[in-house]
Amino acid sequence: MSEFRGIRTLWNREIKKFLREKPRLINAFCQPLIWLFLFGTGMRFSATVSGYNYQEFIFPGLVCQAMLFTAMFMGISVIWDREFGFLKEILVSPLSRSSIFLGKMLGVSTDVMFQGIIVFPFAFLIGAHMDLRIFLEALPVMILITIGLVSIGLVLASVLKSFEGFGLFQTFINLPMFFLSGALFPLSNVPVWLQGICYANPLTYGVDALRTVMMSGTWAPLFPLYIDMGVLLVFDVIMFSLGTYTFGRTD
Amino acid sequence: MFPIIEIQHLTRQFGSNTAVNDISLNIERGEVFGLLGPNGAGKSTLLSMLCTILRPTSGTATVNGYDIIHNHHQVRQSIGIVFQDPSIDADMTARENLQMHADLYDVPADTQDARIKGVLELVRLTDKADDFLNTFSGGMRRRLEIARGLLHYPKVLFLDEPTIGLDPQSREHIWEHIRNLRKREDMTIILTTHYMEEADRLCDRIAIIDHGSIVALDRPEALKSGLGGDTVILGTNDGQRLCDLILTHHLSEEVTLQNGEVKATVSNAGTSLPRITDAAAQDGIHIEYISLNHPDMNDVFMHYTGRDPRPETNKERFSRMAMMRRRRIK
Repeated sequence: MSEFRGIRTLWNREIKKFLREKPRLINAFCQPLIWLFLFGTGMRFSATVSGYNYQEFIFPGLVCQAMLFTAMFMGISVIWDREFGFLKEILVSPLSRSSIFLGKMLGVSTDVMFQGIIVFPFAFLIGAHMDLRIFLEALPVMILITIGLVSIGLVLASVLKSFEGFGLFQTFINLPMFFLSGALFPLSNVPVWLQGICYANPLTYGVDALRTVMMSGTWAPLFPLYIDMGVLLVFDVIMFSLGTYTFGRTD
Repeated sequence: MFPIIEIQHLTRQFGSNTAVNDISLNIERGEVFGLLGPNGAGKSTLLSMLCTILRPTSGTATVNGYDIIHNHHQVRQSIGIVFQDPSIDADMTARENLQMHADLYDVPADTQDARIKGVLELVRLTDKADDFLNTFSGGMRRRLEIARGLLHYPKVLFLDEPTIGLDPQSREHIWEHIRNLRKREDMTIILTTHYMEEADRLCDRIAIIDHGSIVALDRPEALKSGLGGDTVILGTNDGQRLCDLILTHHLSEEVTLQNGEVKATVSNAGTSLPRITDAAAQDGIHIEYISLNHPDMNDVFMHYTGRDPRPETNKERFSRMAMMRRRRIK
């Protein structure tokens, strides 16, 4: 019971902070818009994806991109908490370390889900097919993607401890994970060695799963949905355990 | 009743550096206990171990009867901590910070609101309860942190430099709150400070820590009187002769010559001073000025650690001497 209260209060805190920061909310709306229209339009004319409407093809990828970048960015909140001292207040409380990680993870994940969902209305603007059923089917996939990504951010932040170090690694993880996930181009046309790297990227399975549920049959999946979901689940479990471990280290 | 804190041979090493070296100490229920020491003496390390943030290298301690190594959870429930550095969430209101604390410490939900009201009253922040903390002054934030540390009714309250960086008025406020807390039943307060006056005025007992060990431990009055009495400082143009004179007349056993000033330790300045001036006059030594010093905690600190807790004192003395010189030139 006491652990549950602590987890809930940390969870609430992240959501409150997210909603109170007006610039971040504005950014949450503007960033996907920029990607979708500027980048998406540019890529449509230079990259040809046979058989798909490129905007429709790129849409699930951009949902993943919004979630990936937000998840990584929010990891930095752990470093803020440390710099401003609030982390100490949490760490000396009777709450167990795994509960602290869980509370933080749930809070940031909610923010990330929120960021992912914000992208959905833009589907209508670009003419991608979208309805309530697709949205509801996409949610569980998004949750699985989010948990793993958020955990990466939190683990990085708790290990690296400094803004500079975190910023560096953030770029190192963000860009390869995004570009090598098949979010922008189909992986069927790339060389085998690059395909191998992409298949080692958990986000590839997230993008594939989202396309499977969102492109309503026009998409030829790389893997069956259950394999995508299975890989994501394993990825989540590994990252979550790693997170609990890094938060649990004393001294 | 067992002591609220029992420390047994507590040691902590960082590499080859021993930060806390075999400290054993009992702290009684209801005490205000002061930990003094130069920077790097081991105060914070000791505190961190008692708060279960840091594992001891060897030895152990109990807080409120719970072992700090094996009963983390119970120890943490028993203590409140006000850190040296701020540890509030400035993007939240005062009330939100207190509510989070109540959740983290599982303060019974039905008493939560009343307790928050109570601690806010205690530190006089009731009218600021719903203001964001980034609008608070340093002193107000500190007071809120003290309020937060009390919210779960801890048996022991740790205050790490509670008034550092505050203006004298805020400091006075915090002292007042600590004195009020003391009246509350069954709470023990342990504070570290760099302000000797603060320790003197607030603490029932004081431990001075240097190089990881306790070098002195007693009530403030006992520590002060243990220094062997008052200090007489005499300004003269012939310091060396005055020193010899005081020693040959057995007017003091401890005389030093510092920057042209003769510093003599006497048991009672009121009776010794006339005898010193008489003897000096007979020998034709001209005394320019006299100043008296009853030992305070600063002297105690300096005596045991060999370091001056007030780096500004030398500057003050220098400016005083400069003034003297100017006067003489006129």
